[in-house]
Amino acid sequence: MIAELLTPAGLVALLPLLTAILLAGVARWDIAAWIGIVATLGTFGLACLLPWEQGAGTLLLVDPLSSHMAILTSFVGATSAWFSRDYIAVEAQAGRLGATALRQYHALFQAFLGFMLLALLSNNLGIVWVCVEAATVAAVIVVGLPRTADAVEASWKYFLLCGVAVALALFGTIVLYLAALPVLGPGLPAMSWTSLAGAAARCRGPMLNLAFVFLLVGYGTKAGLAPLHAWMADAHAEGPTPVSAVLSGAILNVALVMILRLRGLMAANAEALSPGPPIMALGLLSVLMAAFSLWRRRDVKRFFAFSTIEQSGVAAFAFGLGGPAAMFAGVLHMTLHTLAKAALFQCVGRACQLKGGQGFSAIGGLIVSHRSLALTLAAAIVAVAGLPPFGLFTSEFLIVLATIRQLPWLALPLCGGLLVGFWALMWRLVGLCCGDATPDAGPAPRLFALAPAWLHLAVVAVLGLAMPAAVVAWFSGIADMLR
Amino acid sequence: MEPHAVYGSLSYDLGHLLGALALVLSFGLLYQRRISALISLYAAQATVLAAAAVWQGWVQDAPELYVTGVITLGAKGVAIPMALRIIVRRLRIHRSIETALGIFPSMALGVALVALAILVVLPTTVQSQALTRDDLALSLSVVLLGLLMMITRRTALTQVIGFLSLENGLILAAIAVPGLPMVLELSAAVLVMVAAFVFGVFFFRISARFDSLDVGHLDRVGEQRR
Repeated sequence: MIAELLTPAGLVALLPLLTAILLAGVARWDIAAWIGIVATLGTFGLACLLPWEQGAGTLLLVDPLSSHMAILTSFVGATSAWFSRDYIAVEAQAGRLGATALRQYHALFQAFLGFMLLALLSNNLGIVWVCVEAATVAAVIVVGLPRTADAVEASWKYFLLCGVAVALALFGTIVLYLAALPVLGPGLPAMSWTSLAGAAARCRGPMLNLAFVFLLVGYGTKAGLAPLHAWMADAHAEGPTPVSAVLSGAILNVALVMILRLRGLMAANAEALSPGPPIMALGLLSVLMAAFSLWRRRDVKRFFAFSTIEQSGVAAFAFGLGGPAAMFAGVLHMTLHTLAKAALFQCVGRACQLKGGQGFSAIGGLIVSHRSLALTLAAAIVAVAGLPPFGLFTSEFLIVLATIRQLPWLALPLCGGLLVGFWALMWRLVGLCCGDATPDAGPAPRLFALAPAWLHLAVVAVLGLAMPAAVVAWFSGIADMLR
Repeated sequence: MEPHAVYGSLSYDLGHLLGALALVLSFGLLYQRRISALISLYAAQATVLAAAAVWQGWVQDAPELYVTGVITLGAKGVAIPMALRIIVRRLRIHRSIETALGIFPSMALGVALVALAILVVLPTTVQSQALTRDDLALSLSVVLLGLLMMITRRTALTQVIGFLSLENGLILAAIAVPGLPMVLELSAAVLVMVAAFVFGVFFFRISARFDSLDVGHLDRVGEQRR
């Protein structure tokens, strides 16, 4: 079991965790930032080997889904670490983060990333749960780092809500084990995804239902699905921006992947209730709730946090719908949204630093004063809104198409929600970039400070314009596995 | 394999009794108004839980459950209540706690939640053995009562105690399930979270941002910064 940690898959999770321990002892934050960048690049490099390392052990599971998510998460982790270096330097100069907070930030960022990757790659439900819990604790501390009253409040709220959610997920995990007990016997197999997948048809159906309810509520909260989304806007608004980028990416995806795998177990059992409708209902509710809430937001980060809830809902809706087309579109949507939203939060973070506030009233007319920032921000908003040429247009289009084919009536509220959300995004895009420039209160980003965002947007654009055949085959493979 | 704890045997009776005792203490937590009494009740619940873990360890012949029991007793029965008492003394919050709901409605709701837990768990677990079924129903009741306490209490400290008792319910479920792997690791991970919560209260106060530990203040973030 321990030897598995020394395979490439194990090292993907181990490297950030070891780096976290190392960084906890590095006092100079500029050196810490560089160590973080090198470590995350190494993690990304190792994750890229995973497609050739497929297999399942007692501890780790490397299948198309988990290797895809590990590559995505480590990529966002690497670019966020790169972005962090500049961003955190500005925060430190402005006095918003003290010396201890800086050291904690770099260490906790790596710990957060490591636990997320281990959760994605783990074959054991118990370890998944421990990782999600540990990542929650790390994220809570990072969100509270700015030490302002609002940040402390946001992190406490985050802790309270996600603590309960994680606790309910543990209860669900125990019940799931009990459901598989008569088939797989006591011990580790009844807790591993691979043996559960083989035995799901013979598990106790009613107990699977009970486990499903608890796990859906638990991990659904972490995925930010309405009506369990309350923590998300605060955590995004108050935490340091690179963390928002990773929160939007990693933690949501981990939760969605768990729901996806759980869906596979439920669907294989004839006695259990059909998992599609509840997941779809939560997804659709999130889309509608978030789309209308977008109109009432006055805070930039809070606004885009609600947009994240909307997009998470779209992905969950696709996963609930099921079938190869919807699964393909759902996984594609989750991937592209992670990339686009991370780019968007990076731009928003720099814009907030530049203007010295997070209110929409403080930020305006960026195109006049800071053209490169404004254009990147505009491109990122257009990408998240699902307009061509960016890939989210493709994924949303495919999801709507699959809905029309399978459940035509649901296409109506889904499209309605997407349009309302799109409209709100465009309205805010105009406000942020056009009009009269508001006064600057901080340093302007250097020319290449936004390079990570450009990289993300380039990937999203390429996947929207001309998806290479190999990428299509890769996503189809994941969709086939999940069907 | 699942141990033979049939109705009427000592292993069933004592296991059942300890589980029920934890539930009764949960009801105590629900209505108790004095904060020092709340902490004592929590410590008592943790001690009962430790005894249940040790008893299950003997019934299931699982040595790791003995360790779980000892850790539970040391951490939740002694260390955490001590930390909570220090917080109370430092913050001088001995006064009675205002609840969002009165005692009678919260007790009635509590009884309804226990009925719900039994109605949900017992029919879904017909094939499982008796002690596991009962303990699962009892632990779900403790979890739901912990949630109810978190909802009805208004101060951060009492909400934390609600959360801690919720975690006790989880451990009760974990030890009742025969042969659950990594029960020790899971309970240790739960403990980390519990410790983080208690530390959170400390931190909450040390940062001196709040005049009281009333979480009504938390809504401020939402209202001001939409």
